[in-house]
Amino acid sequence: MTKTKMNNYSYISFVLIIPLMVFLITGLFGKKLPALSGILGTVGMLIAACLSYFAAYNYFMVGGRVDGLYPTVIAFKQTWLQFSPSLTIDIGIMLDPISVMMLVVVTTVSFMVHLYSIGYMHGEERYSTYYAFLSLFSFSMLGLVISTNIFQMYMFWELVGVSSFLLVGFYYNKPSAVAAAKKAFIVTRFADLGFLAGILILSFYSESLDFQTIIHRMMDSNSPIFMNANAASFMGVSALTWALCLIFIGGAGKSAMFPLHIWLPDAMEGPTPVSALIHAATMVVAGVFLVARLFPVYMQIPAAHDLVMYVGAFSAFFAAVIACTQTDIKRVLAYSTMSQIGYMMFALGVSGYWGHGGLGFSASMFHLFTHAMFKALLFLGAGAVIHYVHSNEMGDMGGLRKKMPVTNAVFLIACLAISGVPPLSGFFSKEEILTAAFENNKIIYAVGLVTACLTAFYMFRLYLTIFWNKPFPLSEGGGHEVPGDVHHSEAPMTMKLPLLILAIATLVAGFIPFSMYVSADGTAFESEFHIIPALVAVTAGLIGIFTAVFLYAKKNDKPEMISAALGGLYRSAYRKFYVDELYLFITKKIIFNFISTPAAWIDKNVVDGMMNLIADVTGNLSESAKTLQSGKISSYVMWFFAAAIVLSMMIVYVF
Amino acid sequence: MTEMKFILSISFALFFIGAYGFLTRRNMITMLMAVELMLNAVNINFVVFNKYLFADKMDGLFFSIFITTIAAAEAAVAIAIIINLYRKFKSIDEDDIDTLRW
Repeated sequence: MTKTKMNNYSYISFVLIIPLMVFLITGLFGKKLPALSGILGTVGMLIAACLSYFAAYNYFMVGGRVDGLYPTVIAFKQTWLQFSPSLTIDIGIMLDPISVMMLVVVTTVSFMVHLYSIGYMHGEERYSTYYAFLSLFSFSMLGLVISTNIFQMYMFWELVGVSSFLLVGFYYNKPSAVAAAKKAFIVTRFADLGFLAGILILSFYSESLDFQTIIHRMMDSNSPIFMNANAASFMGVSALTWALCLIFIGGAGKSAMFPLHIWLPDAMEGPTPVSALIHAATMVVAGVFLVARLFPVYMQIPAAHDLVMYVGAFSAFFAAVIACTQTDIKRVLAYSTMSQIGYMMFALGVSGYWGHGGLGFSASMFHLFTHAMFKALLFLGAGAVIHYVHSNEMGDMGGLRKKMPVTNAVFLIACLAISGVPPLSGFFSKEEILTAAFENNKIIYAVGLVTACLTAFYMFRLYLTIFWNKPFPLSEGGGHEVPGDVHHSEAPMTMKLPLLILAIATLVAGFIPFSMYVSADGTAFESEFHIIPALVAVTAGLIGIFTAVFLYAKKNDKPEMISAALGGLYRSAYRKFYVDELYLFITKKIIFNFISTPAAWIDKNVVDGMMNLIADVTGNLSESAKTLQSGKISSYVMWFFAAAIVLSMMIVYVF
Repeated sequence: MTEMKFILSISFALFFIGAYGFLTRRNMITMLMAVELMLNAVNINFVVFNKYLFADKMDGLFFSIFITTIAAAEAAVAIAIIINLYRKFKSIDEDDIDTLRW
């Protein structure tokens, strides 16, 4: 690749600058022109999306491979802080297959959400503020994916957290939304502490913050830097392992992996399009992206690599079980997101590095891509339903297929995709993940298969309960009248259009030969299609679907009977396995009582007491000192003479 | 040398008479006079030390001339201050004039 060709990508910076400008304009002047802010944001995102498509086309098609590998292009790089000649923090733009793919995903979903929000948030009081936050988020997420440098990534990582906090707490007069925003922020912030520590350890040993340099230095097992990092140990584990595990904690916090997942379901308090953008398609996959970014380093440390695998697999299964019992549709989708991200994580965990061994990596990125499309579609569809019914509870819904034909169709497509039914996109990515798992770890494969079955089950439970089950409106037995059919139709065009586009994306995305473009070591390989694993995966999905059809297609009492039969298991899954209660117990009962209260006492009595003591002593001293200045000359003279006499005495007798 | 001691004891007495006057009197004019006494005690010291210890030099004599001159100027300034204080406080009693403090 020649120098001139590399410079061709500098227009990528506009993908970042446009959302930032939109954020500033709508944030500062949005109140004056509320209607314009939505259009401005949407158009800005459209341009950014077009630029990303253009960049992706250029990168994959025009630029193509160099020596069989897709090159890592540094489109722009500026030294921001220089600590030493070798250690600098740069701000730059790095393009490689995964960051180009993420650019496409983020701009696409963000554009859809911007467009959708014009209808969904219509008439909202803080409409322009909403768009300002949305643009801020898009800016930060785009900055995160194109980071050249782990520290730059960390900054955007925090910015993403802040914008997520702002958007989750958008309805700030609702106490539950405020609590959810705080919870999301505190939990991810807590995880980011691990991330920061990991960054510091990693950069200390590799003597660089730059991704390429770190990877280059750590890839070589015989290099002195790697040996040094691997030899230094703390509590019996090597420093590099610590660094990678700590970085993974940061990733797990953002990606809602067990046990740091507790914030994600609560984050559904935010507006639904926000959930689609942040808590389904983009921000929550940042952890996966982080592990993928440092994947060659993870390959070097099997322990950290296995941690990713086990945490991912457990989260996938754990969340799927909980999702089967939830009744709030957005919470079902939230747990489903967590489960699918678990899939991506364990796909990275089972993946090798070279050539076809990197199938898991490609599959993970592929699933990230397809999942972003169909999960955004599911959330936006759920948003349309909520917009129509004015409720999040499944119990208030049913039989909506006649009232909302478009939503029904796209929701069905998305559900089939997530269940892994061919030929929809989810089938291809999930099949690749399961193949990769099958080749590497049978236990993980089994967990993945069971999770696939559960996924199909809870998605169709959701779908059928919303659109079939009982007739709508629920005039009888439902307890209360839902005024859905009275005053408005299904959804405005701005809401339907994104649904349709995403549905098309969900239909066709599976046919992209992903492993040709995105792979761990940069080489292309054909992911062969094995009929047996595919059949097994599809069968697992179909079992789930048919079970759901059997239980939920018509209103009946079978679900209640089953939940009653399962008893304690059902109740604990419904209560999310008491993880929240455990956290509350740890924070309120243990940390507050045994750490915070003594700390507060020490602060009040020892620290403040010390300060008060110093202040009192000084005050008293100056109080008595100021009486010396009486304004009476004779007393001054008296002092003067006394001092003069004493001094002369000293001079005469002492010295 | 006995002559010198004799004159020094005069200046000693003069100085402490001035100091005593300065400390005990409340009238500002009187205090000014006491200050002049102390100044003159110093003058005497200069002259005496010059004459008996460094007879070949003139520094002490010059100093005493300077001090006399400055004392005259100082007295003018001090009396001006006292007049101003009198205008403000209607008194030249040092006890009444104690506003220059915290």
